[in-house]
Amino acid sequence: MSLRVAMETRQDVLVIRLQGELDHHTAEELRKKADDLLRTSTIRHIVLSLADLTFMDSSGIGVILGRYKQISARSGEMYVCSINPTIYRIFEMSGLFKVIKFRENEADALHVLGVA
Amino acid sequence: MMVQRNFMSVSFAALSQNEAFARVAVAAFISQLDITMDELEEIKTVISEAVTNAIIHGYDENPEGVVQISVRIQEDSIDLIVEDNGRGIENVEQAMQPLYTTKPELERSGMGFTIMENFMDSLEVATVVGKGTTVRLTKRLAFANALQN
Repeated sequence: MSLRVAMETRQDVLVIRLQGELDHHTAEELRKKADDLLRTSTIRHIVLSLADLTFMDSSGIGVILGRYKQISARSGEMYVCSINPTIYRIFEMSGLFKVIKFRENEADALHVLGVA
Repeated sequence: MMVQRNFMSVSFAALSQNEAFARVAVAAFISQLDITMDELEEIKTVISEAVTNAIIHGYDENPEGVVQISVRIQEDSIDLIVEDNGRGIENVEQAMQPLYTTKPELERSGMGFTIMENFMDSLEVATVVGKGTTVRLTKRLAFANALQN
């Protein structure tokens, strides 16, 4: 059981699709992969697609907020979509929805950002 | 439904790859109960939080450290105990505040104890600086609540 991180860029939008489990152990991989792209490219927005994320704990909140801060500094926005109920509650509890926008699915989020 | 009292205990090295092992071990043990998917996910999450705290804060990720988990199945509830012999917590009240973390440089969110409190019915932290920390979590199960009504 681990985490698979798939990334796709569409203009200035980085789509990150997570599959598996996001915890303290696997957070490092997401951090490294996302930061490599954020350093070198002209990404402004991030869409986190979590349809296949089966587990996340507070380590996930930390790594997501860390990436949010980076794109927020570029006046970008972060969208999250397709969250399972337990993970949704963790997002809610942590106040993440105050800064990260929720959309039902990836297509919706991409549409809002004009790259559908 | 009659619930057979039961108990298990497991110890492992304070390595981050064992966080997933801890979740799976506890989930496998309690799957003998008639619990809901939500309850199972909540229990996996709190185990992950407590074990991660032990590894990161208790042992500063020193793999020589040992984390022990015990699970006790009672008639109407599950008790989880996560113990380490690490550095202990100097100020528990502060550690339990939402968003408080001693390791912001590691992008820790400071939400671990808040999630444990929200997903469980009770949370007790016993800690001695220099000796270690014991976190005891109890969850009352939905089928037990249903039986009482």
